[in-house]
Amino acid sequence: MSKDLKKLTKSDLNSMFIRSNFHQGSWNYERMQALGYCFAMVPIIKRLYTGDERKEAIKRHLEFFNTQPFVTAPILGVTAAMEEQKANGAAIDDGAINGIKIGLMGPLAGVGDPIFWGTLRPVAAALGASIALTGSILGPILFFLIFNAIRLGIRWWGVTYGYSKGTTIVADMAGGRLQKLTEGASILGLFIMGALVNRWTSINVPLVVSTITKADGTVEITTVQTILNSLLPGLLPLLLTFACMKLLKNKVNAVWIIFGIFILGIVGYGLGILA
Amino acid sequence: MEINALQLILIFIIACIAGMGSVLDEFQTHRPLIACTLIGLVLGDLKTGIIIGGTLEMMALGWMNIGAAMAPDAALASIISTIVVIAGKQDVSAGIALAIPIAAAGQVLTILARTITVFFQHQADRAVETGNLKIIDFCHIGALLIQALRVSIPAVIVAMFVGTSVVQNMLASIPDVVTGGLRVGGGVVVVVGYAMVINMMEAKHLMPFFFLGFVVAAIANLNLVALGVIGTVAAIIYIQLSPKFNQTTVAAQSVSNNDADDEL
Repeated sequence: MSKDLKKLTKSDLNSMFIRSNFHQGSWNYERMQALGYCFAMVPIIKRLYTGDERKEAIKRHLEFFNTQPFVTAPILGVTAAMEEQKANGAAIDDGAINGIKIGLMGPLAGVGDPIFWGTLRPVAAALGASIALTGSILGPILFFLIFNAIRLGIRWWGVTYGYSKGTTIVADMAGGRLQKLTEGASILGLFIMGALVNRWTSINVPLVVSTITKADGTVEITTVQTILNSLLPGLLPLLLTFACMKLLKNKVNAVWIIFGIFILGIVGYGLGILA
Repeated sequence: MEINALQLILIFIIACIAGMGSVLDEFQTHRPLIACTLIGLVLGDLKTGIIIGGTLEMMALGWMNIGAAMAPDAALASIISTIVVIAGKQDVSAGIALAIPIAAAGQVLTILARTITVFFQHQADRAVETGNLKIIDFCHIGALLIQALRVSIPAVIVAMFVGTSVVQNMLASIPDVVTGGLRVGGGVVVVVGYAMVINMMEAKHLMPFFFLGFVVAAIANLNLVALGVIGTVAAIIYIQLSPKFNQTTVAAQSVSNNDADDEL
């Protein structure tokens, strides 16, 4: 064939990157992020295919897809590279492209969920919220900037990295670097959660255990809370956290647990056990 | 406080942005820190908006959509409770308590919207027959707008009625034991979010770091940035020392040990 080689332009990749920010817009219970994936691939398909080939390409990218949204970026990059090769006559069948998508989405979700939802967002949000509680606008702004700068950086890097490396990215997945990153992020996330359980909770059990009038006339009141604090400050919230983990593991809806805690609060407050 | 027409329009727009943010999960415009702040700005009480945002954010810290599991809806909860607190002149703690049933209702609404979107997915399949890429764009954006309306319609309805005397009297008649109890519950309800994050990590072998964080926060008066640095340092040291990531060197050592044994 004397046809010119089909080549994706810089602006095609830019357009895919921008569209990928709307990845989950049409999330649905049938094919989840399938339409969103196709939406991001539109500039690629438009550049590479016409006629029946275009129809087949659309069909390929409307197949079931679901992963952590940010880590879709490298997968988009890889499939863009594969589509480019296929459009130029390489022997890549539909199954190979969808195989890569399906093969990458599971492991990448396993990396993306703990890093972004388990660590980055809770840590950035806790930092923002701690400032916001003083009424400072800096809190929301800081949260927004930190999170989105990292997110957009990862998305951009992911698209270009995936596109330039193509299918060899699969070998990278097996390497230890991603596991190290995931484990490291999990450590930071858990460490901060531990700190928050202690620091960002408040509970007081004002039940009086003993009232001692000392020789000099001062009265020392010992409540349940003073005893608990002398053991370990934050002990009750810690126990409550474990109870919540247990309930959540048993598939109890978080909303019911939150309701339960509020009801406990009202009952405890009414009886004077909690304040 | 009566909400004027301009404020209603702005609430509608912000609620649309939060609703889209809620399904996209990209720019985080659905998070309390952002949504409450914007509503506070529109209602003329930015500071209260920020404080509600910060309080709700701590509670919603672990609310995340993993796989096909939907979290309680932060977008609708943030917007409506901020409207009720500022325009309905309520205590922040009452707003927080109100946020919970609204988050549950929002969760049901987003599940509904995500089911309706199956229809858009099927419409998009028609692009396969015609090769028309516009259909893909149209269906995807259309589904996104449903999510925008899912939050903005209830928000505007609440905003229209919150200023009426019926609602004001109803809010004013909440007994002290309830508001006091809600404040107590609000003090610890954040742990549900923390528990969600810990469960999501599914890393029992890393739990010592959770206890380390707990104890360090208990004994030392450090701010979050300092705690973050300690956590990061702990993570780096663990990765450097963990035999899991150093198998090659361990193998090399054991080989050299064997050599030494042979020589002996």
